[in-house]
Amino acid sequence: MLDGRTLVRRRAGLRLWLSAGWLTLLCLAALLAPWVAPKDPLAQDLFLGRMPPFWMTGAEPGYWLGTDSLGRDVLSRLIHGARVALTVALVAGTITCIVGATLGLLAGFLRGWVDMVISRLIDIWMAFPPVLFSILLIAVLGPGLMSIIIAIVVIDWTRFARVVRAEAMAQGAMDYVASARVAGRGRISTLIREILPNVLPTIVVLLTLEMGIAVIVEAILSFVNLSISTDDPTWGGMISEGRASIHQAWWVLVAPLVTLFLTVLSFSQLGEGLKDRFDPVLR
Amino acid sequence: MTALVIRNLSVRLRKGPPLLRRVSLDLAPGEVRGLVGESGAGKSMIGKAVLGILPPSVEITGGEILLEGTDLLRLPPADRRRRIGASCALIPQDPLTALNPSHRIGPQITDRLVDILGWTRRNADARARELLAEVQIPDPDRVMRSYPHELSGGMRQRILIASAFAAEPRLIVADEPTTALDVTVQKQILKLIAGMQARHGTAILFVTHDLGVVSKVCQRLSVLYSGMVVEDARVADFFRAPRHPYSAALLAATPKYTDPTAGLNPVPDAVIEAVRAEVAAFDREVAHG
Amino acid sequence: MPILRILLLRLLTTVVTLAGVAVIVFFVIRVVPGNPIAMMLPPGATEADIARLSALYGLDKPLVTQFWIWVSGVLQGDFGTSISTRQPVLGLVLGRLPATLELSVMALVMAVVLGGAAALTGTRYRGGRTEGAIDVANGMALSVPDFLWGLILILLFGVLMPVFHISGRVTPSLDLPFSTNFYLFESLIRLRFDLWADIVAHMFMPALALAIPLAAIIGQLLKQSLKETMNLDYVTLARTKGYGETRVILREALRNAALPTLTLVGVQFTFLIGGTVIIERLFSYEGLGNMAIDAVINRDLPLIQGIVLLFAVIFTAVNLIVDLLYAVLNPRLRHA
Repeated sequence: MLDGRTLVRRRAGLRLWLSAGWLTLLCLAALLAPWVAPKDPLAQDLFLGRMPPFWMTGAEPGYWLGTDSLGRDVLSRLIHGARVALTVALVAGTITCIVGATLGLLAGFLRGWVDMVISRLIDIWMAFPPVLFSILLIAVLGPGLMSIIIAIVVIDWTRFARVVRAEAMAQGAMDYVASARVAGRGRISTLIREILPNVLPTIVVLLTLEMGIAVIVEAILSFVNLSISTDDPTWGGMISEGRASIHQAWWVLVAPLVTLFLTVLSFSQLGEGLKDRFDPVLR
Repeated sequence: MTALVIRNLSVRLRKGPPLLRRVSLDLAPGEVRGLVGESGAGKSMIGKAVLGILPPSVEITGGEILLEGTDLLRLPPADRRRRIGASCALIPQDPLTALNPSHRIGPQITDRLVDILGWTRRNADARARELLAEVQIPDPDRVMRSYPHELSGGMRQRILIASAFAAEPRLIVADEPTTALDVTVQKQILKLIAGMQARHGTAILFVTHDLGVVSKVCQRLSVLYSGMVVEDARVADFFRAPRHPYSAALLAATPKYTDPTAGLNPVPDAVIEAVRAEVAAFDREVAHG
Repeated sequence: MPILRILLLRLLTTVVTLAGVAVIVFFVIRVVPGNPIAMMLPPGATEADIARLSALYGLDKPLVTQFWIWVSGVLQGDFGTSISTRQPVLGLVLGRLPATLELSVMALVMAVVLGGAAALTGTRYRGGRTEGAIDVANGMALSVPDFLWGLILILLFGVLMPVFHISGRVTPSLDLPFSTNFYLFESLIRLRFDLWADIVAHMFMPALALAIPLAAIIGQLLKQSLKETMNLDYVTLARTKGYGETRVILREALRNAALPTLTLVGVQFTFLIGGTVIIERLFSYEGLGNMAIDAVINRDLPLIQGIVLLFAVIFTAVNLIVDLLYAVLNPRLRHA
């Protein structure tokens, strides 16, 4: 007999593997997009607009997931869209992580005026509605991949800074840090050699979550037509298109929505799984 | 009729080792029985089993708990709960954690009377005031309106004692009620419990690791080792001549109040070995049916 | 008086925060390329026309002077004039505020009900399959943001099984007798249940989309702290009094377990309000967030400033209210 806890645990392991599997598949699709995509993602065919996917009647052979209103192949656009999504996830996620974690570590460990300044900044940032803030930034920076990455970093660094600051403070109060200091280790050296390794698991978990968030932010910005130029295939753009034609052809929304859903879910399940692995108490 | 009879009560960790090994004991109305043993001997477990508050990681594998002739373990859960609520009570160990921080004292004493026994609010309040006065709490009205954090530990323990006697239970389980208190307060509380017990004629199962406490308040005692009752005796007889070598050693290991300078004698290894062998023999016997 | 000092300090940081928001939003949006005046004039307007209008809106002055004019106006309750609609910003913003407030509060109520139910059920049947199922559902709800839940709801209950409306706040053809913009509230007061039902049918999905992630957070946190509370001595004592499991959870554990959850819900509620921006867009709901996005697209600088500042005020107010609530609900703090 399995009791509830082992069942949940076992399922957690399964979820971790499924998530990793989906993300690997996406990476492969993104890397090999020009070779694996069955059609040109930009090729329009106005006679084949809004074709349903293969499981519905009236599907056009060769267009597995149907077409959008301009007759472009949905599957090919999804595969090419993975490039933008994963680039944003990896690049924006990593930079946000580095910026936020560094500020959080400094604030939590050095305390004093550094902490004061950073904490006030976090307060101010928390008083902005993030979506509105990102839309504003894109309006300032102009559309494009680079702008999206900058906007994500500028807005989301507080996610890392808040948590890492608290962790660094907690770690800094522990005996081992005091003894390292007594043993003659410098402040920065203590920070890097003693505190950082203990905060690292938290940072890694936050990073995976942030990657999922970055994908969503890109989709949201595409949705309000502020992301990359509307021709380039992005998941958010496809969702926007699907939302617009939802009464005529609801299925256009389904494929990008499911893809986005699975991707975000995978990133966060990966994070949760890693958290369980790292946390000796939970394990 | 006896207040409580426990027969062959066996308890174990789910799919784990036994915690109580066919424990049997009885309690006459108005009698106080001490349950002594080292920590982990299972003395608290007996009280918890009687009150139906065993942790979920633990299961009862056999035996009977007869409360005034009714086997609690055979009752449907809801009936058992109400039955225990109506005729048993607990005096908990730590007065600092046993009162709900977000309720006032008054309702914490009267809740059982009103919700389970169906008293009117007014009667229950009057009863609570009466009991608080009986446990020598000055200004009961003010205390009933207070929150736990506004009161001292000794005060809270008095309140918990008052609350335990509120419904005139037949049986009270006192789970090391003085362990968490200052030595000076301990004596008063012990006296208070003894006095309340005498006036109300309540049977008490008194869980303690302190034989000195047993000598003051109990008429009989059970000595436990590893979930097994190794001796069941009248207190007077026990202190004169313990029958089991382990309980004799336990008695020798207790500091004497009359002679605090006498050295402590830890329980000798040979005695421990012998009683362990006894437990092992018991387990083998059970295993072979 | 330590309490007074804490309160003063709290107010001071709030002021600093709001000032920071004001500075940042003012200068950031002035970097936005594209002249808002040029956008509002018909094509063929001369340079002189543009200059004249710029002067009218004060956009020809140096940045610092503009900032000073704006701030002194704001302190006197004048938020300037919207460039795209030529109406006072304050009136526009306050006109939309009720819609967003009603949406946020409805979402909060949904989140508390759903999350609370999940936590209580999970605690009642802890250690079993029911708890496992609730954990899995919570995990899913938490991982996926409101934007995606909104799209999923639109697809499921707006199109495939059309139960709810997917756009707007109320059916446009209806005749509204309201004197305030709190439609949901006022329709109840006026006992116009027909209108109320229509408004709820419009709000239900956007509110639910906002509520799902918060419900999951409440569910997880509350369950965890309920389970910890259930092992405490006073809960055990209550059990010996004859109370059943459900009673014990509700009467003894819930209130104490809810306190730590409450502080976190405060922060999370501000996230929820922030989420209204995109959710309102998704459901074409005529609230502040939708207006904000239009303002950005139209480069309506005074309006953007006003909306962002209002959001910041709401966020800090929510945090303040939660702190006060915490003090009221915790007897230990109340008497300190």
